[in-house]
Amino acid sequence: MSRIYFDHSATTPVDKQVLKAMTPYFGEQFGNASSIHSFGQAAARAVDKARRQVAAVLNCQPEEIIFTSGATEANNLAIKGLIKGLALKGVNQPHIITTAVEHDAVIEPCQELEREKLARVTYLPVKANGMIEIEALEKAITDETALVSVMYVNSEVGVIEPVKEIGKIIKKINERRVADWEKKRVAERGPKPQLIYFHSDTTQAINFLDCDMQSLHLDMLSLSAHKIYGPKGVGALAVRKDTPLVALLRGGHHEKNLRSSTLNVPGIVGLGEAIELAKNDREANNQKIKEARDYLVERITKEIPEIVCNTDIANSSPAHAHFSFLGAEGESILLALDMDAGIAVSTGSACASNTLKASRVLTAMGIKQEDTHGAVRFTLGKANTKADVDKLMEHLPGIVKKFRDMAPEY
Amino acid sequence: MYSEKVLDHFKNPRNQGVIDNADAIGQEGNPVCGDIMKIYLKIKDDKIDDIKFETLGCAAAISVSSALTEMVKGKTLDEAEKMTKDDVVEYLGGLPAVKVHCSMLGVDALHAAIMSYKEKVAANS
Repeated sequence: MSRIYFDHSATTPVDKQVLKAMTPYFGEQFGNASSIHSFGQAAARAVDKARRQVAAVLNCQPEEIIFTSGATEANNLAIKGLIKGLALKGVNQPHIITTAVEHDAVIEPCQELEREKLARVTYLPVKANGMIEIEALEKAITDETALVSVMYVNSEVGVIEPVKEIGKIIKKINERRVADWEKKRVAERGPKPQLIYFHSDTTQAINFLDCDMQSLHLDMLSLSAHKIYGPKGVGALAVRKDTPLVALLRGGHHEKNLRSSTLNVPGIVGLGEAIELAKNDREANNQKIKEARDYLVERITKEIPEIVCNTDIANSSPAHAHFSFLGAEGESILLALDMDAGIAVSTGSACASNTLKASRVLTAMGIKQEDTHGAVRFTLGKANTKADVDKLMEHLPGIVKKFRDMAPEY
Repeated sequence: MYSEKVLDHFKNPRNQGVIDNADAIGQEGNPVCGDIMKIYLKIKDDKIDDIKFETLGCAAAISVSSALTEMVKGKTLDEAEKMTKDDVVEYLGGLPAVKVHCSMLGVDALHAAIMSYKEKVAANS
């Protein structure tokens, strides 16, 4: 059975070109990038190249890139590293603003800081499409606000958050705070005003959107290689210089002492190659993926009754299509598609989660609990075609009907 | 993940459907929790002559419903009443820990059906 993959938000296959670039660094070029001899220097040169490749896409300096084990670590480092860094400068319990629809890798570090009384956190609500309201963010900002963290593309429903607008607002507030402080006579100034640092988890955005840190006014940006046709286990945090970050991992003085651990040279080479490729092919891929995605949405909407499309198509990544199939259950649909047709999707159904709780994102969007059970996410990738959608539609309507027929009336 | 037996029952559910002139019906769960199980019984000489189920829910919920009907078909009501969720889980070759509650729902629906039948019989005698 030929299989079809519609779960690119979970992970992507490593691109052949990326794999080719990585391969030598498992074998003949096996050196430790910290070693001074020629083995080490070859590895260090490869890491330097990857650092430049990543920095070029993010429009930052190569030395502003910290390689990590993935976006989860990058988010943890950004949030906890900054708050700990501020604490060392005497900033007591600063305020963080984030959103109710972030990935757990942002939410849980924030919750940890709250529990340890190291920060206060505001979780902004979202509109029905999953987008935050700029006005609500502006209202939430206080003199103590030191960090705003808003993801660029939502992993579940694909909505694009207004990162650039947020960046502009934060920049303006920071400039005003400094100007007001500078206007005062030196004797009356007191300590420098608290600046707001802006972080975005762009893990799901790199494939589709320009992630230029300058134009987005970002201080920190997290990303992961395996979502962009690179390898698993490697990612990066880009940190604008003068951001008072401290390390979470210690013991090796790597990455300017901000992230100790022997560098994952093949992984880093793969990330560099993958991000360059993602940017170069972005427009062509976007167009192709969007075409297949729109076709999928059109066919599901036309051919299956009693559905809700939870993706705001006009304001989303081109790859996402998230549906609720009312009166059927998502995990059952997922398994039937997998077993009957070799088609891989994902579900936000509580039944498929370890906690049996409905997806936090769907709940924050105001979707009724009973409608979250039939949630199925399709995320397309650069290899998907309309023919894949045709194959899906040979099976999906029948599968949904089968489970609806099986269900009692209620 | 799921055992082969669970997946088999999920793919080919036994005794799925409705009994139009059922002697007893039991239902548990609700759409908010996401699982609903409904059991229909046809009873002859205090034995389960026929049984059907309707279920809204995940693969575990469907497999539990299917396995349950297979296990109690032909049994006396007293035998069927003694059935526990552990029996179903064992019959299916285990369930993931978070899914064990699905088996409880199925057994509860069966027990509810038997109880409603016994009450009906008692009221008529």
